[in-house]
Amino acid sequence: MTGPPLLEVRNLRVVYPGDDGDVHAVRNVSFSLGRERLGIVGESGSGKSTAGRAIMGLIPRPGRVEADVMRLGETDLTRLDEREFRRLRGKRIAMVLQDPKFSLDPVMTVGKQIAETHRYHFGSSWKAARIAALEMLEAVHIRDPERVYALYAHQVSGGMGQRVMIAMMLIAGPEILIADEPTSALDVSVQQQVLAIMDEMVRSRGMGLILISHNLRLVSSFCDRVLVMYAGQIVESCRADRLHAATHPYTRGLLAALPELGNRRTELPQLRRDPEWLADLPAIGGAAS
Amino acid sequence: MIELDRVSVTFGSGQTALRAAHEVSFRVAPGEAFGLVGESGSGKSTVLRAVAGLIPHAEGTITIDGRAVPNRRPRETRKIIQMVFQDPYGSLHPNQTVDQTLSAPIAIHRLGDTERRIVAALAEVGLGREHRYRYPHQLSGGQRQRVAIARALILEPRALLLDEPTSALDVSVQAEILNLLTRLRRDHGLTMLMVSHDLAVIAHICDRIGVMRGGRLLEMTTAAAMAEGRVSDPYSQQLLRANQTLDPGAPAEDIVA
Repeated sequence: MTGPPLLEVRNLRVVYPGDDGDVHAVRNVSFSLGRERLGIVGESGSGKSTAGRAIMGLIPRPGRVEADVMRLGETDLTRLDEREFRRLRGKRIAMVLQDPKFSLDPVMTVGKQIAETHRYHFGSSWKAARIAALEMLEAVHIRDPERVYALYAHQVSGGMGQRVMIAMMLIAGPEILIADEPTSALDVSVQQQVLAIMDEMVRSRGMGLILISHNLRLVSSFCDRVLVMYAGQIVESCRADRLHAATHPYTRGLLAALPELGNRRTELPQLRRDPEWLADLPAIGGAAS
Repeated sequence: MIELDRVSVTFGSGQTALRAAHEVSFRVAPGEAFGLVGESGSGKSTVLRAVAGLIPHAEGTITIDGRAVPNRRPRETRKIIQMVFQDPYGSLHPNQTVDQTLSAPIAIHRLGDTERRIVAALAEVGLGREHRYRYPHQLSGGQRQRVAIARALILEPRALLLDEPTSALDVSVQAEILNLLTRLRRDHGLTMLMVSHDLAVIAHICDRIGVMRGGRLLEMTTAAAMAEGRVSDPYSQQLLRANQTLDPGAPAEDIVA
């Protein structure tokens, strides 16, 4: 990690009231993010996406977000109301979701959607916003920005759509990009291109990236650090290139359950879930205390 | 068991015609597991569906169990070859219990002995009696996929067609389903034809692998050759690289380049 943290989270909890008392979808989550690529891995229901949404202020009622500390630079995120969050989203923290087919407006050209973001955050004219949008499209390696500007969401491929999303998210120059399964809907070869573009943008702008994914291989090869989540908690935190040497039995179980080219086993070891993993953990995740 | 001889599938006609599969030929021996890999739009699922009889193949011959089959499949052919789909959330009827889902094929094929068959099929895929009268929404993704496999197995087919059977599942659940498929193949001598974009998954189940792109079968290879990187076609090599650079332990710089 380099420089002071862009984002600091200490003891984050996301609570939904249920019939039998509160359900903690996320608990005891602490981490800090610098100008780096942080991966959050876990299976469905582990709370990884919910954690990302909590930072963006996107937990709908009756869900509650509680944290001892949740700070973006100098801004205390625990005290923001919806209006202040709206100004912050897109401008300082941006989010790329899984499938561009569903996150793009189907009845507005993709270029105009990018320009709209620029107008909203900078109050610019359509003309200036259009120029900025075209530059952004070029920055995400779209060869013919003028043509793509005028296309609708259904006219672009998945890989192109995800580049458009990245362009839209980065046009206001956010400090942090949260990418929630950004490549899961894409083909393997396109995945690499999209990741490479995201990496280039994040590096050249000195941003922090949180990559949320269920794909252990992808996270371990792309990120600098990895947090492994299980049942709402961070059970392990390690350097991404050391993920194969992870120590928590859950992480080890997941790694062992992956089929591997060149290592064909008649039976894949199946994950045995230990009820002990559900117990409350002391907050880990590399937060400086 | 399954043999394709220059099978082509075309959608539409005239200028807008799209040839989704072009003169695809291969042969799957009884008890063998054969895999097709490729990206979206490569035609792998189209070929699988043509074998299943879900889309009429325009040209070429499909031979199943030694008999060339017409587009309209006779009941006996449908019984010996069954399919498992990708998305267990979409492939089970939401308003029918597991019991109803499993009884339908028995009734259609007039097999009788429903009670015994359902109990046996559920046990086979590792589901308990308590799951029998549940609706799909009361089951997890892995359990639903087990139901889909049970539905395919209940007719005691000789071949299973698998269309990305684990890509909608979590890693730990994927391992369970892959183990189940391996065991079923061993115990019943099932022939398997599997389609996936995940080379590691294909190579885990299948012995021989065909690489598809743009509706054509580019190269026939084996799981062992894939693992050692011995593939000749440039596209297969590219596909292999795209899968391999994401291996654990690979330096991050590799995929940026």
